[in-house]
Amino acid sequence: MTTEDLSIDAVGARNTPATPEGPIQYVNELTTLNLGPTHPATHGIFQNILQMDGEKIVSGEQTIGYIHRAFEKIAERRPFYQITTLTDRMNYCSSPINNLGWMMTVEKLLGVQTPKRADYIRVIMMELARISDHLICNGILGVDTGAFTGFLYLFEERENIYEIYEEMCGARLTTNMGRIGGMERDLSAEAIRKIRKFLKDFPPVMKEFEKLFNRNRIFMDRVVDVGPITAERALSYGFTGPNLRAAGVDYDVRAMNPYSSYEDFEFEIPVGENGDTYDRFMVRNEEIWQSLRIVEQALDKLPDGPYYADAPEYYLPPKQEVYKNMEALIYHFKIVMGEIDAPVGEVYHAVEGGNGELGFYLISDGGRAPYRLHFRRPSFIYYQAFPEMCKGTTLSDAIVIMSSLNVIAGELDA
Amino acid sequence: MLTNQAVAEDLIKQFGAAVYDFDEPFGLLTLSASREQIVPILLYLKDHKTYQINFLTDITGVHYPDEPGREFCVVYHAHSMVENFRVRIKVFLAEADLHIPSMTVLYASANWMERETFDFFGIQFDGHPNLTRILNMEEMDYFPMRKQYPLEDGTREDKIDALFGR
Repeated sequence: MTTEDLSIDAVGARNTPATPEGPIQYVNELTTLNLGPTHPATHGIFQNILQMDGEKIVSGEQTIGYIHRAFEKIAERRPFYQITTLTDRMNYCSSPINNLGWMMTVEKLLGVQTPKRADYIRVIMMELARISDHLICNGILGVDTGAFTGFLYLFEERENIYEIYEEMCGARLTTNMGRIGGMERDLSAEAIRKIRKFLKDFPPVMKEFEKLFNRNRIFMDRVVDVGPITAERALSYGFTGPNLRAAGVDYDVRAMNPYSSYEDFEFEIPVGENGDTYDRFMVRNEEIWQSLRIVEQALDKLPDGPYYADAPEYYLPPKQEVYKNMEALIYHFKIVMGEIDAPVGEVYHAVEGGNGELGFYLISDGGRAPYRLHFRRPSFIYYQAFPEMCKGTTLSDAIVIMSSLNVIAGELDA
Repeated sequence: MLTNQAVAEDLIKQFGAAVYDFDEPFGLLTLSASREQIVPILLYLKDHKTYQINFLTDITGVHYPDEPGREFCVVYHAHSMVENFRVRIKVFLAEADLHIPSMTVLYASANWMERETFDFFGIQFDGHPNLTRILNMEEMDYFPMRKQYPLEDGTREDKIDALFGR
């Protein structure tokens, strides 16, 4: 019997065909392996059904939707300001980017121009969020290759970022940061002190982390040339963000369609070459440095002035005014009750999220809630490339590939 | 630098009556296309030497129950990273005939986006390799993003349309 006689049957087992002389002989059976839904290496709830030939992955199929919460449907019954809390729960590793991206979408529809100070505060918060997002991804990539130390060290710094969030909005994970027209509160002296402290303390830790990983023999053996993807395939699969840049395409929404005054800052867009796991890791590391640069510039150049736009119909008046001023009281009531109709319109706004282009497609029919709201979630779109990327690799490589793609279950399922 | 005007005129020249309803809300070129021509249009934009609109940003659906004959709309967002140019193309479908050619022949990313649109609106993408539900469970027998399925309990009076300005 030669290998040509083998056929693959419905369950994927390579068997000899049944003959009159005898029953099917099982020569080489494929193993079905369930990776997930609650496997620790998925870092979230989604399932990969892998067909394994020995240690090699032959094919894979994903099942997602385990934490689907119907945000798009819920959003059709909520005033605009109440949708912010839904966006928190998409990419929960960098919620401020989601929040502020949504605010900017609504502001675009309403035609509200935010003052420079609000823009700069937003930039600071979004870049800190990007740092914390990339820290988790790269830290966990270390854990998945067997190095726990980096993760532990970085988490202390992530904690410091969360303390800055607390100063800005009172929350840590689901931040609900910003308001339509600006920020909910100004940068306090304490917040500035914490950001300055972070800018001073974080770089040495990051340098140590890079020293631990970047040229580490064991780490490089695990990630170099693992899960490469060409720029062409990456574009076809709708990759954006660090994963696309690792493949060598220098697309960054911040540079191409600057929002929130990103054009005022100098930063570079790191790109990789092969689009393999190592490149993705290195691109994220470099982006952390660039984000630090942006935060520093924004803090140094922070303009004076109001931190919210003059948009009384959408931005809550100060509480003291509500008690003393009739007009403020009316606006307060109307905003809280969601009684202000939005203009009719259709807007697509994209921001550079932690994982790539996070888009908001909003259709307003003139009501108080969106007629239709669609989130373009980068994780959802690029995760479909996973079977192609891990085909022919071993299970341990597949886990590293998945980890470096940074699939966030909340964003995957919305 | 591509302008909306130039691309729109070129599309009219190429596809004639198959493209209509040109608009540019917030500067984004928006047009409607016929179902038969949607794949050729995106292929034309993709292969065009100067446009290079070769990135499919998004596919999604919208339900307009009050517009007979064009109850459903499939919205494509495409992007040229070279020219920094975006285009939005809509295809309106009648509820009685919810079929549209699949975009998976041009873009691998269309696979899940179309599955999601099918999952929520029930739009059939002809030629899709695996058109099954993706986020909802497979036993579900309705398409939840259609407007006839209210989110809230139907007996509640504090969430009627009038309270949302409709």
